[in-house]
Amino acid sequence: MSFRTAQRNPQLGWSRCPRPRWPHALPLRRSVRWSSISQRPGSDHVHFPGAVNSKFTTKLSFERPSTHATIPTFRVMDSDGLIVDKDRDPPDVSDEEVLTWYKNMLTVSIMDLIMFDAQRQGRLSFYMVSAGEEGIAVGSASALTPDDVIFAQYRETGVFQQRGFTLEDFMSQLFANRKDAGKGRNMPVHYGSSKLNIHTISSPLATQIPQASGAAYALKLQALTNPTLPPRIVACYFGEGAASEGDFHAALNIAATRACPVVFVCRNNGYAISTPTLEQYRGDGIASRGVGYGIDTVRVDGNDVFAVREVMGRARAMALEGGGRPVLVEAMSYRVSHHSTSDDSFAYRAKVEVEDWKRRDNPVTRLRKWMEGRGMWDAEREGEARRRIRGEVLGAFARAEREKRPRLRGMFEDVYEEVTEEARGQMEELRGVLERYPEEYDVDEYEGGRDGL
Amino acid sequence: MSVLARFLRQRRKLRRLLESPLPSAYQRPYSSHPPKARLNVPQDYSSHPLLHQSSSSLYASCPELPRNSPTTRLNLFQSVNAALSHALQSSPTTLVFGEDVAFGGVFRCTSNLSTSFGSERVFNTPLSEQGIVGFAIGCAAQGMRPIAEIQFADYVYPAFDQLVNEAAKWRFREGGTGGEIGGLVVRMPCGGVGHGALYHSQSPESLFTHVPGLRVVMPRSPSQAKGLLLASIACNDPVVFLEPKVLYRAAVEQVPTEAYELPLSKAEILKEGKDVTIISYGHPLYTCSSAIAAAEKDFDITVELIDLRTLYPWDRPAVLESVQKTGRAIVVHESMVNAGVGAEVAATIQEGAFLKLEAPIQRVAGWSTHMGLVYEKFNIPDVARVYDAIRKAIDY
Repeated sequence: MSFRTAQRNPQLGWSRCPRPRWPHALPLRRSVRWSSISQRPGSDHVHFPGAVNSKFTTKLSFERPSTHATIPTFRVMDSDGLIVDKDRDPPDVSDEEVLTWYKNMLTVSIMDLIMFDAQRQGRLSFYMVSAGEEGIAVGSASALTPDDVIFAQYRETGVFQQRGFTLEDFMSQLFANRKDAGKGRNMPVHYGSSKLNIHTISSPLATQIPQASGAAYALKLQALTNPTLPPRIVACYFGEGAASEGDFHAALNIAATRACPVVFVCRNNGYAISTPTLEQYRGDGIASRGVGYGIDTVRVDGNDVFAVREVMGRARAMALEGGGRPVLVEAMSYRVSHHSTSDDSFAYRAKVEVEDWKRRDNPVTRLRKWMEGRGMWDAEREGEARRRIRGEVLGAFARAEREKRPRLRGMFEDVYEEVTEEARGQMEELRGVLERYPEEYDVDEYEGGRDGL
Repeated sequence: MSVLARFLRQRRKLRRLLESPLPSAYQRPYSSHPPKARLNVPQDYSSHPLLHQSSSSLYASCPELPRNSPTTRLNLFQSVNAALSHALQSSPTTLVFGEDVAFGGVFRCTSNLSTSFGSERVFNTPLSEQGIVGFAIGCAAQGMRPIAEIQFADYVYPAFDQLVNEAAKWRFREGGTGGEIGGLVVRMPCGGVGHGALYHSQSPESLFTHVPGLRVVMPRSPSQAKGLLLASIACNDPVVFLEPKVLYRAAVEQVPTEAYELPLSKAEILKEGKDVTIISYGHPLYTCSSAIAAAEKDFDITVELIDLRTLYPWDRPAVLESVQKTGRAIVVHESMVNAGVGAEVAATIQEGAFLKLEAPIQRVAGWSTHMGLVYEKFNIPDVARVYDAIRKAIDY
């Protein structure tokens, strides 16, 4: 690196750089060659490699969050289901499709109520509802193609429903029976489906975000090597609490630097278990951070399924532009439910606040009002739909509960591609214990009983 | 005085200072050895029996190596580079990335790969280990074979969650969906180099051998590194591949030029013996080899030396068979003794060869402390400590 910064003094002409600090900067010559780091006299900026377009200023002022306007929240319809901007084209979607969304949101919310109670009765070990966030899940998933790859956190049941996960799939996973794709290994609501291109959910928060960046990079390279493949993106969901993890930072940064076609969808529902957002961050939500990573960002009303769908559709298209780039969507909502069945949220927030959100604004009733305003829905159809969905959920529930658990050997399989010599020895040891102490273990509820090992 | 004259004067002063003799108390301890030492003398890698100077000795040493391939002399970083180059050449799904890998890597392992295979497949990442491993997992989940580099094993801990909770458990939790990340390999330089101190010396292998779902591999030489790395890349399970960085330049031997794989989870008997079994891996194998040479001469015994090569899941039958024969076992590794690989190997031997044991199993390993800069030569197992363990084993 040469030290070529020289300045022209109006009186003395070209002068040597004052006080050279490194010997290798020498010798300095009058005939200075302008390089990319040279600063022309009177120039308003220099190309510091870390910020090439930054202009100089002689006025000292700190950038303050308060001087930046809060990022607005995009919406299409208001809480009464009325389209706000009458000059906009009406939502570009058929009535049948809207009806599908509505039924999918309704299915999720009815299943949530039933399964929450079932957990309370001790019939399954754990559950997490999506109340208040069905619109984010269904609206965003509706804008994706079946080939797009999804990484979820755990409160995205509507994404699975919208993509075609069946009630039997849900119930098999929740009851960890022999039909569960996860072979009964994961806690309830840790769904996954290779057929639907959704990676299995894992409990550690935010770990899926850098994975989504990597998966998007893989899709990008695969599209480069095989142009006949359909254009694909990765959609990655997480809550505003998870965005405090280091993995969020790592993921957005690497997605930006490697230009990965990924849409990050943050569900900002106001709480991470008991922690309100004021204790989670002090910036302008999650959206304001996207800009800092050089990522195009938007904030959307998560209770407005039309807005979410439009934003996601646009984000998907942008993510595929120019070979690929990441987009950040912050979808605002309110966690109407408890965090999980292991949580009583009235220990840290007022019941009246929750009731307010439940009654005043939630994605299901908002879409219902829109449908009623359009004359395609009424109380009678609502009642009929609720009865039918409830019956279907309870039917799937009963069938899944009666199924056996997977074979016992599922405990040792799939740790590696093949069962190791060590694991085979441990299976034999366990078999011996089960044989010597048959009264101590319930093996009959597992497919094949003791022989399933 | 002109600036130039002042600079030249300062340079002369500095040169005089550097050339003047230091008082003996200040002489750099890692550049010499005690004058009367017989055991703890510097390794001569140029003539070490573990490193093969001719292709005939190479092929005689390891029956798993490919037959009839021409060979070239490579050091360890060059053999890693050759393996990566083969992998990139053989499949467009192979990717190589990490911090500073594009210009060739801080240890030169990725030299010329970016220019040969393109910046889309060999590239720098931002400086974030959790990001690197998370990104690699995502690539692998979509069917790629990413080879991620962590610049030093000492810096793998930010990625610990991604490796332990995500990579290791991926296939298991996906279950019947068939999702897997078998293409993932995470390479990292490990071990002492004489002056790496706390954060350029660590060998964290036992933190990973405690994790079902990961394969943990450490080669001992250039020919082993190439074969084991290519096997790791081909393996459908995630692999943590630790490279003893002290050997990057020091260990030079004949390496087959063609691509080949050495089996994972299979130990190699480097030297047969009947009185004591020494189980080790990575750089301490050279230490063990020297100690064995001295002990065999002094005590009229023969010692069997086993290179584990894969530390998990490891070759338990090979080790048990050897100890059944010799009745005495010593495990040697560089990382600290507490809950190290040696503890697992010793416990397995105790269970599987109890009636044949004629002496307690010994673990010669780093002490349960950190790698203080000036203490390294007292911390890493040396020839004297391994020799002493052999003596104790046969005297018991």
